[in-house]
Amino acid sequence: MSVTYIDAIREAQEKLLREDERVFLYGQDIANFGGAFKATKGLAEEFPNRVFDCPISEDAMIGLAVGAAIEGMRPIIEMQFADFSSIAFNQIVNQAATHYYRTGMPIPITVRLPSGGTPGSGPFHSQSMEGIYAQYPGLVVVTPATVSDAYHMLIDSVKMDDPVLYCEHKFLYRWLKSKSINGDHLPIGQARIARPGKHASVVTYSAMVHEAVRAADRLQADGWEIEVVDLRSVKPLDLDTVLASVARTGRLLAVGEAFPWGGVTAEVVARVTEEGFHLLDAPPQRLNARDTPVPYHPKLWAAHRPTPESICDALRKLLLF
Amino acid sequence: MSLDGEFLRSAFRSMLKARILENKLSSLYKAGKIVGGVYLGKGQEAISGSLGTALVQGKDCFAPLIRDQAGRTAFGEPLIDCTRTYLGSVEGPMKGRDGNIHRGRPEMGMPAMISHLGAQVPVIAGMLFAKRLKGTLEGCVGATSVGDGATSTGAFHEGLNLAAVEKLPMVVVVANNQFAYSTPNSRQFACGDLVERAKGYGIGGFSVDGTDLLECASVVREAVRLAREGGGPQMIVAHLLRLSGHGEHDDGSYVPGNAKAGHYGRDCVEVAMRQLVDGGYATVDEILAWQEETAEEVQKAVAQAHQEAVPDPYKEDWTALSTKFPYIPS
Repeated sequence: MSVTYIDAIREAQEKLLREDERVFLYGQDIANFGGAFKATKGLAEEFPNRVFDCPISEDAMIGLAVGAAIEGMRPIIEMQFADFSSIAFNQIVNQAATHYYRTGMPIPITVRLPSGGTPGSGPFHSQSMEGIYAQYPGLVVVTPATVSDAYHMLIDSVKMDDPVLYCEHKFLYRWLKSKSINGDHLPIGQARIARPGKHASVVTYSAMVHEAVRAADRLQADGWEIEVVDLRSVKPLDLDTVLASVARTGRLLAVGEAFPWGGVTAEVVARVTEEGFHLLDAPPQRLNARDTPVPYHPKLWAAHRPTPESICDALRKLLLF
Repeated sequence: MSLDGEFLRSAFRSMLKARILENKLSSLYKAGKIVGGVYLGKGQEAISGSLGTALVQGKDCFAPLIRDQAGRTAFGEPLIDCTRTYLGSVEGPMKGRDGNIHRGRPEMGMPAMISHLGAQVPVIAGMLFAKRLKGTLEGCVGATSVGDGATSTGAFHEGLNLAAVEKLPMVVVVANNQFAYSTPNSRQFACGDLVERAKGYGIGGFSVDGTDLLECASVVREAVRLAREGGGPQMIVAHLLRLSGHGEHDDGSYVPGNAKAGHYGRDCVEVAMRQLVDGGYATVDEILAWQEETAEEVQKAVAQAHQEAVPDPYKEDWTALSTKFPYIPS
């Protein structure tokens, strides 16, 4: 028996529904249909009147969640695709994110964002929105890369009193498997060394952790030991773990699947440069998706996002500086 | 005295309080004592006060908008919340972190509005939805106000449609004051009366003369009763005219003279005063006494807020999250 990344998301929601009466699920096609990706399969039957289909109204879905949170509930909202959260942008960044600062009352909502690209999904079903939401004060943005994190970070997100954007990567849904959901887990706000090394640090998150590990495995044949840091949450950003890694390796490559202008990788490079300039033996580098909409055709898509090949190329340049 | 009489007296007193308070706010603004905007509900007191009076604080929820001083007062918002927020007192509900009409007390069922119009409609829906899940919805109602401009937003449409689908006991008041800032109805919507939209949403619809307290009270009570008794969302469109600029920075010179001289240009507070006296609901002496009492209350609230501390950037904790990281759930 093995557990996939999406199984973990489903099981976390099942546990939350079972253990906390304040939790309910609201989203499009998530009740009897079980969700576009089956992340809520069977939950409507198991928890009648706790799992609801809703109209195609992303703004109103988040508005409803905020109102329910004011009344003491812990809603989990499934956006069918992260891309569609742009319709809910106002309620997320202006209503939910400002509420605690303005009124002193935190808003414990969790918004699940099926994120990132898969072959053939095209410009509107492939986006990575984490950098946009991380820009706003008052939001927590988590980006689990492992089956265990998918499970435990969803549970912790719902327990947290503040609004959380839970960015789950669609590419990992069924591809990523684990023997079990590991009992031990790190808290949100702490990064993880996904692969230890000493010659360069790749700082990344979500599906790119796996691409970076593949790249590191390839460079191992040439004698390079690459460390991969999995940020786990992009906001808060665990700079301590990142700086400790850069202190070991002296070289930084920040990798992300989002668009290249600004964003998480830019933040990582800026902060390491500010606080760890003396640790660097080479100019810190970034590798992101290209500056176009996410293309439909698998051949274009594969060249749009960072891949083990492009990460290897970037690392070789960094190592030879 | 009949229940109607009590309702009218109560609604009228909230109108009077709002008017006297807002006249004071306008003076303070013009004297340079208020930083930022001042937004008044002049001309909308009858519909707003009726709505607030029909709701029960502690049970119902209410998301007021920019021109709802009367409704806030009737619902039970302390008058001092208004002066403290306008004057930036740290004792106020927003502690100087937000100002003017962007205030609320979510814990008492009155969320704080954001500037983005229509955005409170789904929030009230969510509060009611949560009450249903908790098993406390029976007999409750949730209300919010918007203007004619907000009816053009996606949030208004999404929120109202969602409330209708969920059959929530919600009352949405649309105060059609004929101008969204400077934009007239002719550039805002193309249907005859906005209430026609109610049919499209599958909800109850009422159209009312917003300058007439007797009519407003009667229609609001009926709509609230229907929602409370399980009739689903109700939309009330109140026809009136904004008797001030969009804010006190705006003289409203774009409002044509014939609108001001027309039926909806009449002052609902004056109309209500006559209605109360003529109907035997209150005497002139009583009204004068209320006026005097309110003026004193307003003076006190202004003086109190004035002498309180304003925020200190060195004492501000500058955090927008309640969680400390790394986060270990308790």
